[in-house]
Amino acid sequence: MIVQNAPIIELRDVHKAFGPKQVLRGVDLAVAPGQSMVIIGGSGTGKSVTIKCALGLMTPEKGEIFFDGEPAKSAKAINAVRRRTGMLFQGGALFDSMTVWENVSFVLLYRDHVSRAEAKKRAIETLAKVRLPASAADLRTAELSGGMQKRVALARAIIASPELIFFDEPTTGLDPITADAVNNLIVEQVKALGAAAITITHDMASVRKIADEVAMLHEGRIIWRGPVSALDKSGNAHVDQFVNGRAEGPIQPAI
Amino acid sequence: MTTAPVIPPAPDRDFVLLRPFRLIGRTVIGGFREIGRISSFSARVLVACFTPVIYLREVLRQCLKIGYYSLPVVGLTAVFIGAALALNIYQGGSRFNAEQFVPNIVVLGITRELGPVLAGLMLAGRVSAGIAAEIGAMRVTEQIDALLTLSGRPERFLYAPRVIAGVLMLPLLVLVADIIGVMGGWLVAVGALEFNGALYLRNSWSFVTSGDIQSGLIKAAVFGGIITLMGCYQGDRSKGGAGGVGRAATLAVVGAAVLILASNYVLTSIFVRVGL
Repeated sequence: MIVQNAPIIELRDVHKAFGPKQVLRGVDLAVAPGQSMVIIGGSGTGKSVTIKCALGLMTPEKGEIFFDGEPAKSAKAINAVRRRTGMLFQGGALFDSMTVWENVSFVLLYRDHVSRAEAKKRAIETLAKVRLPASAADLRTAELSGGMQKRVALARAIIASPELIFFDEPTTGLDPITADAVNNLIVEQVKALGAAAITITHDMASVRKIADEVAMLHEGRIIWRGPVSALDKSGNAHVDQFVNGRAEGPIQPAI
Repeated sequence: MTTAPVIPPAPDRDFVLLRPFRLIGRTVIGGFREIGRISSFSARVLVACFTPVIYLREVLRQCLKIGYYSLPVVGLTAVFIGAALALNIYQGGSRFNAEQFVPNIVVLGITRELGPVLAGLMLAGRVSAGIAAEIGAMRVTEQIDALLTLSGRPERFLYAPRVIAGVLMLPLLVLVADIIGVMGGWLVAVGALEFNGALYLRNSWSFVTSGDIQSGLIKAAVFGGIITLMGCYQGDRSKGGAGGVGRAATLAVVGAAVLILASNYVLTSIFVRVGL
């Protein structure tokens, strides 16, 4: 799918460094409403940094980020972005001092000040969307398996019906069957919400299942982007090496 | 063909000579930078403590963790300190035939100084380290980033409830420590030093003033703020996994302990000056 509508989010020439290490060297990326973009790339190429910059969790040294056409620079603008987006973190990042339903309904309880009874009801409804039973609502997050934690994190990301959802390595650490189930849930819920999605992953099965479009990040820049159907005939040696998982090629293994 | 000999570059004499000064300069600048960071962090948290929204449920949860669960450690510390103080004062006082002043000095020492300072130091170990470790773990597992993406502000949701609970709970704990400390002295005085129990308590009660108790409680409130702020600050800055969390806990305890002792001197000077 090619971007035709005005993008929901756009990164223009974004640079980010940590001390002497330049991680992003001018990332340009635009995602249209309803589009599912997957960013691939080797370890340490700046994929997580890209989405943390997009969410205002990190401040780029140079470049601009626009959300729905408005610059997301001031604290107020970044807060407005966060109200309209959801995020699933790599490790789940569930609050371990809270129960499952309190995690899922966090924005309802603490941002929208919904009553606890109503928040719990909506949390249980959202848990059902990610195939978790109501009996899981009162569990502590430490009592959940890795797959269940990812589902709870997904429920937390979608409960407020965001317009854009970020997924940071959603299937890392899961067995292939559970990973496929999580991929299916992501596709199903993103489509149900009509939201855009930006996913970063190394998992090519996830890429093929989730993506409308794929972008490859290498040495801090997007070096290729195209529809997922073009992934196997990209004509780009870096993309070919990554997609086929070969140690030989222009990308040096990160060891 | 002959090649020109390679001449090694002359040592950078300026650099070598300046190295100690650079080290001193770097250390001083680093110290000021840290003070600036702590001040900025404290200001943000204090604003969150005094402006809505305040999450009362979180404040109550922290009151329970900081106050109720610290009672055993504070109580045990106080009883032994009171007992040891009574013995020391009896021993020292006997040199001037002043053994009868044991209750007076025990109650004064406990309420004005040892109660708040020792309770503060014990809680620097228990509470400050616990807060730093908890928040540090949240930082390295991206829970604080998750909080931000969910429109939560760590100052309001994590730090302000802990600081409010610390400032409220420390005076209550010190009040308990004062009572238990005096009773520790009473136990030793009656059990080992042949004091009359009723007379001991009457002397203690008639000697202590409301100013003695107030000064201890004011110190306790300040120490409660220091303990919780240092825990939150070091936890917030932690990075690098388990090692970083451990380092944050250590720095929180050391920082809180030093600040408690320093602020104790400053507060005592102020109280002496204003006659409290």
